[in-house]
Amino acid sequence: MSGTATEAKDGARAGAATEPGRWRGVAAEKQDELPDKVSLLLRARSRRLLGDLLRPHRRAITLLIAVIVVSNAAALAIPYLVKVGIDSGIPPMLRHEGTGTLLATVAAILVAALTQAFTRQAFLQISGRIGQDVLLELRRRVFDHFQRLSLAFHERYTSGRVIARLTSDIDAIAEMLQSGFDSIVTAVLTMFGTAVLLLVLDLPLGAVALVPLPILLLFTRWFRRESSVVYRRTREAVALVIVHFVESMTGIRAVQAFRREPRNQEIFQELNTGYRDASARGMHLVAVFMPGIKLIGNLTVAVVLLYGGLLALHHAVTVGVLAAFLLYLRQFYEPMQEISQFYNTLQSAGAALSNLSGVLEERPEVAEPDHPVPLPRPRGAVRFEGAEFSYIDGVPILPRLHLEIPSGQIVALVGATGAGKTTVAKLIARFYDPTAGRVLLDGVDLRDLDEATLRRAVVTVTQENFLFTGTVADNIRFGRPDATPAEIEEAARAIGAHDFVAGLPDGYQTEVGKRGGRMSAGQRQLVAFARVFLADPALVILDEATSSLDVPSERLVQRALRTVLTGRTALIIAHRLSTVEIAERVLVMDAGRVVEDGPPDRLITEAGHYAGLHRAWLDSLS
Amino acid sequence: MPSDGKDADHAPGSLETPRSGRARSLRRLTPYLRPYILRLVLIWLATMTGLATSVAIPLVGKEIIDGPVGQGHGDALLPLGLLALALGAVEAFLTFVRRWTQTKAVLGLETAIRDDLYRHLQRLPMSFHGDWQSGQLLSRATTDLSTIRRFSGFGLLFLVMNLVQLVAVTVLLLRMYWPLGLLIVAAAVPIFAVSLRFEKRYRRVSRQVQDMQGDIATYVEEAALGIRTVKAFGRRPHVFAEFDTAARDIHRVSMDKVRLASRFFTFLEVIPNVTLAMVLLLGALAVGAGTLTLGTLVAFITLMLQLVWPIASLGYILAMAQEAMTSADRVMEVLDTEPDIVGGTEVIDRPRGHLRFEGVGFRFPGADRPVLRDVWLDVRPGETVAIVGATGSGKTTLTALVPRLLDVTSGRVTIDGRDIRDLSLPALRSMVATAFEEPTLFSMSVRENLTLGRDTVTEEELREALETVQATFAYDLPWGLDTRIGEQGMSLSGGQRQRLALARAVLVKPRILVLDDTLSALDVETEALVEQALRGVLADATGLVVAHRASTVLLADKVALLRDGTITHLGLHQELLSQVPEYRELLAQDADFDHEEALR
Ligand SMILES: Nc1ncnc2c1ncn2[C@@H]1O[C@H](COP(=O)(O)OP(=O)(O)OP(=O)(O)O)[C@@H](O)[C@H]1O
Ligand SMILES: Nc1ncnc2c1ncn2[C@@H]1O[C@H](COP(=O)(O)OP(=O)(O)OP(=O)(O)O)[C@@H](O)[C@H]1O
Ligand SMILES: [Mg+2]
Ligand SMILES: [Mg+2]
Repeated sequence: MSGTATEAKDGARAGAATEPGRWRGVAAEKQDELPDKVSLLLRARSRRLLGDLLRPHRRAITLLIAVIVVSNAAALAIPYLVKVGIDSGIPPMLRHEGTGTLLATVAAILVAALTQAFTRQAFLQISGRIGQDVLLELRRRVFDHFQRLSLAFHERYTSGRVIARLTSDIDAIAEMLQSGFDSIVTAVLTMFGTAVLLLVLDLPLGAVALVPLPILLLFTRWFRRESSVVYRRTREAVALVIVHFVESMTGIRAVQAFRREPRNQEIFQELNTGYRDASARGMHLVAVFMPGIKLIGNLTVAVVLLYGGLLALHHAVTVGVLAAFLLYLRQFYEPMQEISQFYNTLQSAGAALSNLSGVLEERPEVAEPDHPVPLPRPRGAVRFEGAEFSYIDGVPILPRLHLEIPSGQIVALVGATGAGKTTVAKLIARFYDPTAGRVLLDGVDLRDLDEATLRRAVVTVTQENFLFTGTVADNIRFGRPDATPAEIEEAARAIGAHDFVAGLPDGYQTEVGKRGGRMSAGQRQLVAFARVFLADPALVILDEATSSLDVPSERLVQRALRTVLTGRTALIIAHRLSTVEIAERVLVMDAGRVVEDGPPDRLITEAGHYAGLHRAWLDSLS
Repeated sequence: MPSDGKDADHAPGSLETPRSGRARSLRRLTPYLRPYILRLVLIWLATMTGLATSVAIPLVGKEIIDGPVGQGHGDALLPLGLLALALGAVEAFLTFVRRWTQTKAVLGLETAIRDDLYRHLQRLPMSFHGDWQSGQLLSRATTDLSTIRRFSGFGLLFLVMNLVQLVAVTVLLLRMYWPLGLLIVAAAVPIFAVSLRFEKRYRRVSRQVQDMQGDIATYVEEAALGIRTVKAFGRRPHVFAEFDTAARDIHRVSMDKVRLASRFFTFLEVIPNVTLAMVLLLGALAVGAGTLTLGTLVAFITLMLQLVWPIASLGYILAMAQEAMTSADRVMEVLDTEPDIVGGTEVIDRPRGHLRFEGVGFRFPGADRPVLRDVWLDVRPGETVAIVGATGSGKTTLTALVPRLLDVTSGRVTIDGRDIRDLSLPALRSMVATAFEEPTLFSMSVRENLTLGRDTVTEEELREALETVQATFAYDLPWGLDTRIGEQGMSLSGGQRQRLALARAVLVKPRILVLDDTLSALDVETEALVEQALRGVLADATGLVVAHRASTVLLADKVALLRDGTITHLGLHQELLSQVPEYRELLAQDADFDHEEALR
């Protein structure tokens, strides 16, 4: 029974290792990535984003350009001054005409060196600041946008990908901004300046030295074309690694208990190898590109030597000019190396940027209204008008639901598992929009309410409670960030959680651990429950909010609910009918329809679903 | 929020690690390069020869200027020119060889460390994973490893290449004209001194930045996983504000890094240039004095300009080295954490599943009170015991001790008389299957979620398990058992998730089945059906059932009441109900229910 994947694979098997990737399972179309448009569009999209990010720094960029020009002019001047020193500083000395020119040149070199140092430092700091500002803005924007996107998007995209976008993609851009940006700008300018100087120094020789330029450009274009595809693949490959990594760490308990480690390792290595191979393709491209440039550069140097030597022999150029040429040619091709080295980073960052711009262009399916309707005093009346809903096209979960919950009513929603109770709750909370029909709050279509208004009016305790890393108090405060410690304690007291919190080592300041791991399941539920008491909404939705509690705790919560819910509308979803007892109206759901509706006392006496449920429940208590 | 979690305990120590210790982390990763020894030799050969050729090319230039051009006869021009041409081609080729060969080695290094890191993380116990944010782990497995890769691929090579080039060129310069050569050696002194200072400060900032990156990853992870809660409470601004603070922190510290680096980088550029001016001055004087030829001075300066770039890039490379060392530290922190739950060697050939807790105590690390103390419980083969206790009384903790997700801190747990710590982990964990209180599902096919990769499971077994737990809905999903369920099973209803998790445990047909309150999300009718079927399963297995409801308790032969961390009563449900008031308080809902009804 020990189930390593290396085990003999015999017999009829339902297991997974048959085809690579089969374990992942089938999902609705386009689930794996955002719809991919043509690469041209992609580039346009990321360019737009880039422009957008850089716009606020227009002035800094102008300054930057000025600084770069000065810095590079100074840098370029140095070898030129050396040439001047050799050509016109030394001969007068030899003729014993004094060292004036030489000293002047040396002084000029020193000035140039200091200017260069000063401007260079300014450049590094300004560009560093722009880079960091861009990163900050990008992080903020993407994070915020992810938070705005609807649940349907997150279900499709998975948290692993969200993390990949905000870590590994941002890293790629950071790297470009940190090193690449600096080098490329300097390199391009140096090249440009050098080219001009070469031509000025000696036109024919300069022309020879610059002949290979078009070849370089073509070569670079080839590299850009090839690598842009490769780097996109790399980014996606690393995202897959991250997704798997995060998921296995999140579910490590089940992984270990069910000995999934070998299989997980196998999958991880497969993904990791995929990432490696994608990166290898990129690096191989660079391995061709960089030496190619070096080759062109070196050959040019050799040709210039030959040709220049010939010219010098015939005294068509001076030795000094030839020496300067050799220097400048180095300076011309050395940055090319830089450029090719960082072109790499640039391409990688480009791919990352296009991923991010893709995310930013994703529109929330649950959109904010253009003209939000104000709801100054929400009462919490809910109406479903022929609302239909399906998660997957063609599989309706709610077929035409009509339902009216007047304000102030406490309604229990019961029914078999999978009947669609949570789905109803999600529609009221506008996690999704109905595919047809409408859902109204106080007579206003939910689609006409802005997020803040809706969330102030409606608060849900979801079936899967989630605690954030932080203290118990932090987590309760999540219901209302400005709550005072006294209010937090009061909320905990109201639902009978105070005793357990007070018993914790640091009371309300106890760390709950990652995803509340240091709390027991029931304690997590109590903390999550306490939040809602701080939030003070007009409509409360409780989705199985007490399912993991022991009976006495549940009873305390019931009692608290009686007082707290007065004056509010409440939708209570529960399987334990004890929870439902405070309800004045019961809805029984079956396969997406409300099959019974009425006060519990009446439903119990009728021979229907609810009576059956109630009887079964009473039996279960014996 | 995340930063106060882990790093408080782990990070600071490493900040103070002495310098030699830091390089050690990086050095300890070298075994990963062992499979690539031949490649490495080739890489270094190519690098060194390449370096030699690149130094040779200007020398040829000098020869041309001094020889044919200077002396006015052109015969030697062509051969020398061709030599330059050949050298140029060779240098390019060697660069190609180096880069191409390097790819496999550095990516192999990165991939292998990542595989091992993942393997190690899978071995580390729950207590580790409870403490460490996955964001921190993730940033080590991605960002840090690629930093190491970049350094071992380019940084290290360039560092050595630069140093060799610096030394070689300096030696050449010394031989060419030693007085000027000495000047250049003297210029190395301030560079060296400043580099050391820079290194120390840069290390601190880079560690800070890298830790913050882990925090950012953690925030993102929590915001993504908790998106439902965030939306349910409309707390987007709140969550954003926290992320924003973290993002601004990293911005601030990164700016420190930028400023630090900019000063250092500039310094490294200014020194060679100033030296150049000095060389020109003194060289020209020497030429004037006739102790130096003009050609030599030109060559000297040409060669010396070759020092400018290596020195300037030293800053970048040193920064990279610092980051790589920090990254190696961070990776090593994880790899050095020894799993404190390791398996023994024994295997029980024909397990009967006799489970005994013998004076078991358990205390969470750092807690002042034990959660469990002196627990004695004997569950005979085939018997089922229900564990009943208040919220937070330690039931889950007790069950986690059986598959050794947690280890007892006193006493022992035995199966068939053998201490479970003597059993190999796979052997132990194949005997025990747990359905956790929180269904832990993955975004993969239903089938894979159930089998978790064991490919010996037949379709019949799958169907049987699904039928047992009333989860045949799985066949009606759009692609049947091949349907991918959302992350953590979020595309299923609560009850559906729970039943799949239950099916997974049942499917294993374990000797010991642990059910941790696994029927809480089911409606009463489904629950009754599942219980009915579970009775059959539990008849063959030893069972440990955590229960909050009387209906679940009835699955068991006897009931253990867990109070104040220990089992205070053990007996039949009806017995306890009539004799133990605490027990009645916990389970007798009906009495209370009637009371509530009377109130209405
Ligand atoms: N995100 C989703 N994507 C696809 N299908 C979904 C999704 N969420 C729920 N479903 C399906 O919709 C149906 C109704 O689910 P819902 O969560 O509303 O049930 P429920 O009544 O709350 O059940 P339970 O009592 O088990 O929580 C189920 O068949 C479920 O598989
Ligand atoms: N990782 C941890 N570190 C510190 N304390 C913990 C940790 N996990 C749980 N605890 C504490 O140990 C106690 C027992 O927790 P446990 O999860 O075993 O309770 P339980 O009986 O299963 O409760 P429930 O019925 O709510 O599931 C609780 O008080 C909890 O706060
Ligand atoms: Mg539900
Ligand atoms: Mg528990």
